[in-house]
Amino acid sequence: MSTITVKTEAPTDRPAGERTPPVKRRGRGERGPLAILTSHGILAVASLIALFPVAWLVFLSLGPDKDDYLRPGGIWGKMTLDNYAFVLQDTNFFHWLKSSLIVSLGTTVIGVLVAATTGYAVSRMRFPGYKKFMWALLVTQMFPVAVLMVPMYQILSDLQLIDTYLGLILVYCSTAVPYCAWLMKGYFDTIPFEIDEAGRVDGLSPFGTFARLILPLAKPGLAVAAFYSFITAFGEVAFATTFMLDDTQYTLAVGLQSFVSEHDAQRNLMAATAVLIAIPVSAFFYLVQKNLVTGLTAGGTKG
Amino acid sequence: MTVAIDRATGKRRGDRAPRPGPVSRLKHAYQKHWYAYAMIVPVVVVLGTIVLYPLAYGFYLTLTDANSLNSARTIGVNEIEATYKFIGLDNYADILWGETAYDRFWSHFIWTIVWTMACVVLHYTIGLGLALLLNQKLRGRTFYRLILILPWAVPTFVTVFGWRFMLADSGIINSGLESLGLPTPLWLEDTFWQRFAAIMVNTWCGVPFMMISLLGGLQSIDGVLYEAAEMDGANAWQRFRHVTLPGLRSVSSTVVLLGVIWTFNQFAIIFLLFGNTAPDAQILVTWAYQLGFGQQPRDFAQSAAYGMLLLAILIVFTSFYRRWLNRNEQQLAI
Repeated sequence: MSTITVKTEAPTDRPAGERTPPVKRRGRGERGPLAILTSHGILAVASLIALFPVAWLVFLSLGPDKDDYLRPGGIWGKMTLDNYAFVLQDTNFFHWLKSSLIVSLGTTVIGVLVAATTGYAVSRMRFPGYKKFMWALLVTQMFPVAVLMVPMYQILSDLQLIDTYLGLILVYCSTAVPYCAWLMKGYFDTIPFEIDEAGRVDGLSPFGTFARLILPLAKPGLAVAAFYSFITAFGEVAFATTFMLDDTQYTLAVGLQSFVSEHDAQRNLMAATAVLIAIPVSAFFYLVQKNLVTGLTAGGTKG
Repeated sequence: MTVAIDRATGKRRGDRAPRPGPVSRLKHAYQKHWYAYAMIVPVVVVLGTIVLYPLAYGFYLTLTDANSLNSARTIGVNEIEATYKFIGLDNYADILWGETAYDRFWSHFIWTIVWTMACVVLHYTIGLGLALLLNQKLRGRTFYRLILILPWAVPTFVTVFGWRFMLADSGIINSGLESLGLPTPLWLEDTFWQRFAAIMVNTWCGVPFMMISLLGGLQSIDGVLYEAAEMDGANAWQRFRHVTLPGLRSVSSTVVLLGVIWTFNQFAIIFLLFGNTAPDAQILVTWAYQLGFGQQPRDFAQSAAYGMLLLAILIVFTSFYRRWLNRNEQQLAI
């Protein structure tokens, strides 16, 4: 099952099928000490690689000087939380946080509300045009930012929605809505159809079945869809950079860039801001990650 | 009145009955399917207004010579009317076989393909390797898993800046290489190393998703299959080849497609890693952005035309991919 054990365990001198009992027989799922050691070794190195850039960012954020990232050794002697204090008190950090939250939550709410019934419909019903509709949903998900950027910019400026939260929410909904519909379809697929049948036998309409039986069962799926739209909107860079012009309206993704876009790059403040953003988001991520995994693979593993 | 559940076959009773007239067929279809249509209406409306309409408008723009100097705009109190004109397919012709087409389009096109393939292959193989390791009985595997999804948990725009600090000329990576006596490339300035760095960072960001999805796939494979294979004398490699890989097929086909689409469209990493400083490391998406919004005057028409070309490339790819899957009797699971 593991590529590693393949290498260490594969019997080379014994043709497969020969019935000589090995000296020491291992049960299924058990491995030799060398194989276990190798597994641990690889996983430890991989974990280190995964952890290091983030840990490094945290470390640099403690250095008071903006060029400390070039002389990290010096940080040990003068660690301070000044950067954090400055970011929290003297920058637009909270404005940016507000913008990010408004835009992401707005996208999430609209995305989930609009897409819920659709996810159910495409999970349970086959109607004329079904295939084309699914294809349209898939195609919408692969829109490069470049496709909608120019026309959206023109349309939003015609409607005077540039530099407004609503404008950005509308743009994000163009990807969040089909995405949520896909995700929820996957989740609805895992709910037994017998439940629908039972509801129908008891005289519920499809809407009633959906609202009273399926929706309560699908809460984890809805949560996953909500979370996905949230992080997608939260982390979006291209549209936010282009469509938000006022620096109190920036989202965090844009605000973070503003530390370096000026001639004077305040990298220490930037690192501190990055850490401030990363902590709550990753904490949230870890809280929901179990559901996230099920939600993701629900559609995928059914095959 | 009787729809709701007919997903299994898509067939329904009465399919064989003599065809009724068109009016009653329409009525029948309406009665049978109106629930479904009512349920998808919200999405259809939303996609129509915020996707289809802009898309059509964008396509119209590609047929003009619109840029920020001749588009409608407001300067102070003066409203200036748009003055761009219709030029047909000239933008596309110019991009694809104009004078400097190679420098502007094809070189980026080739790099985008290389970038996508390299990243997805790395994502998939590393992700699969780690998933296999995490799928065995191993002390502390939950702990490893939690650390390994960290790159996914932290927003990309945050970690890319972390990488920028590390990749700077005398940042930690070069200091480390120097102390080992290795050459210290200019990660953020030299074209080859820019590309190398971009692939590296994107691989770092993208592996956790693959790992977790494939781990989910691995866990759904029935253990009985492995036992049976072992009884038949299959060695570890044969079990991997004939049980694990087929068991992962539907998950794999999905995550590979998603991976290709996401990597092809990956904007944030390259944009944030290099900004405007690396014309040769731009993939088509960031290049299109630069044309439309990263320069003066902004070339809206060409930028939109790049967008249409990108979409066309992806649609063609996905169609072939799906057809290929269908031929191999696999279904796209998403």
